[in-house]
Amino acid sequence: MADSTSLPDRIWQFLTLRRGGKRWHWTDLFTYGYLGLGIFLMFGPVVWLVLSSFKTPAGLLEFPPTWAPLGQVVVEVEGYEKQLPMYRVTMQDGSTKDLAQIRRIGIISQMVDPAEPSTKFKIPIKQREPIREFRMAWENYLDPLERFNFLSYLTNSVIVTTLATLITLLINSMAAFGLSIYEFKGRNAVMLFVIGTLMIPITVILVPVYLVVTELGMVNSLWAVILPGAATPTGVFLLRQYMLTIPKDLIEASRMDKATEWQVYWRVVLPLAMPAIAVLAIFSIMWRWNEFLWPLIVLNRSEVYTLQVGLNAFQGELDVQWHYILAMTVVTLIPVVVVFAFLQKFITTGIASSGMK
Amino acid sequence: MTEIVLKKVYKAFDSVEVLHGIDLQVQSGQFVVFVGPSGCGKSTLLRIIAGLEEVTSGAVEIEGEVVNNVAASERGLAMVFQSYALYPHMTVYQNMAFGLENSRMSRGEINQRVFKAAEMLQITDYLKRHPKALSGGQRQRVAIGRAIVREPKAFLFDEPLSNLDAELRVTMRKELAALHANIGGTMIYVTHDQTEAMTLADQIVVLNQGRVEQAGPPLELYNTPKNLFVAGFIGSPQMNIVQAQLARQSEQWILKAGQTKITIKSLTNLVEGENCSFGIRPEHIKLANVEEADASVVVELTEQLGGETYIYCRSEDLGAFNVHQPGQIPVKPGELLHLNFDHSNLHLFDEEGKVLANGL
Repeated sequence: MADSTSLPDRIWQFLTLRRGGKRWHWTDLFTYGYLGLGIFLMFGPVVWLVLSSFKTPAGLLEFPPTWAPLGQVVVEVEGYEKQLPMYRVTMQDGSTKDLAQIRRIGIISQMVDPAEPSTKFKIPIKQREPIREFRMAWENYLDPLERFNFLSYLTNSVIVTTLATLITLLINSMAAFGLSIYEFKGRNAVMLFVIGTLMIPITVILVPVYLVVTELGMVNSLWAVILPGAATPTGVFLLRQYMLTIPKDLIEASRMDKATEWQVYWRVVLPLAMPAIAVLAIFSIMWRWNEFLWPLIVLNRSEVYTLQVGLNAFQGELDVQWHYILAMTVVTLIPVVVVFAFLQKFITTGIASSGMK
Repeated sequence: MTEIVLKKVYKAFDSVEVLHGIDLQVQSGQFVVFVGPSGCGKSTLLRIIAGLEEVTSGAVEIEGEVVNNVAASERGLAMVFQSYALYPHMTVYQNMAFGLENSRMSRGEINQRVFKAAEMLQITDYLKRHPKALSGGQRQRVAIGRAIVREPKAFLFDEPLSNLDAELRVTMRKELAALHANIGGTMIYVTHDQTEAMTLADQIVVLNQGRVEQAGPPLELYNTPKNLFVAGFIGSPQMNIVQAQLARQSEQWILKAGQTKITIKSLTNLVEGENCSFGIRPEHIKLANVEEADASVVVELTEQLGGETYIYCRSEDLGAFNVHQPGQIPVKPGELLHLNFDHSNLHLFDEEGKVLANGL
């Protein structure tokens, strides 16, 4: 019985599923190889990012790179204020000793044995090797959260993403409703016009939109980020195409049921378009969360920075604080991943059964 | 009680005219069936009454008021669609309550009406289910229930039974008839199935190519069709229609179809030598011996149903010719049959298909 097998057994069974037959066929191996490659391509960079975000700045710059975050062991030695890094040293007689380094002068390193702090050694740097242990550099996460205004950026990002997505969904679905449910002259022309705006790259309209935003006095307010991008041609197109598949009978039935046009939209069309709305919601959240160029332009004060703009602060002209950037990138990824995990089932939900044969 | 009147209703989609001046009166409390072949404009006519389609010219009156510019939602009618058009995201209860909520009725009243209708239609058990969990017949009931709870001025049905299987269709047909007897509203029903029309209607309106061919009670249409189209459309199996010529033979009028000659009684509107056609229903034919026979045909195929027999025949003069007899008739393909027509049920049509006489 399948039920009686334990969970690990079943997982193993699933992972070794074959095409059929007792022996492995080359297509089985090929399939697993292909899927494995897919997983590597999809998750490799993410895993690398997460692992790297736990590395110290030195660990990040190390070559050849290590997979796991490793940190050099440090110890407290009597008589020294700072913690000293530990090295494994090959002594002149061939024996090895674990010593702490006090300072390095040229190619000579001054070292001390933590056990007997009184004796010092002078060792050529070629003869020492850092002692490392697996260590998560939590400070990559904790420091920015304390020093850097992370919570305020996060709040801004959340406000922008939520409000902008809600507004996008509302006005895009209204436009899509108009362009799909009503039949009027020039409907297709309007649709073509909407889609046509896709051909205009954002860089072209950057300056005019900035002028408009300035004129409206929205610079350095979150509205400047929320409003300009609320109407997306992609969203209108996506929702409209989906709404075209909603049976006309349902709309007419609701009209016969004394529904006003608003009720037709709100109570019939919108719930039926839920799968498409969810897809657009995911897109909108990802776009807004990851938006960088436009917020960078219209948000100049640190109080109104969104996360992406805030992250930019770690990237100076001369010095890039990779460890912070990586750690904060992981943090900013989390909400999007969570949203995707919750909404992704809607993407695959097909057309809801309309009660029709 | 609601009276619906159509006055010279024309409808054109772009340049294609589909309704050519429909004049019609649906009396209060009547069950009226629009019947006709597909593409005859019957659904368009219903949608015009519903307000889902605009008229090109003419007037639609409900309760004496012209409603041409009144939106569908304001006309106070309820419609049952061929596809049922149940809202898939709502439960049966919500489906039925939707229309009432839109007219801002109190919760208690909505509840009461929905439960009453659900009880009448025996769908109380499914109220919490979604439409996709229902069978075709159950969905049909919900669609009807959704119309009933509204207590509309009139019910409009657009081929409501065509998605059901044959057996269920018969059951639902009876239930619809019972429903009409029970709640007694004005109902307009569109179908292409003349059996449905015959069994349900107080009044049948036969439509063809955007025109009303004839309107009247079912038996009137059956007994006295006004033209060839109605004669052929109403009745199952179809009436036998035979091309013939009017002739006079020794003071008597006869119908001549090839060698077959049928003596008929004298009528004032007959013209000698004119082409015409006559019709006789399969059930109005008797098997006879040679002396009494009006015509003779050769059997091609028989269908023995036990209680009744359909005999499909052919002859050079009459063409394909069907005979319907009660009981079991032991005839075989190839056999020669002599037929005697019931002259009181013989129909005569002129060259254009208009009736000259019903009963000769």
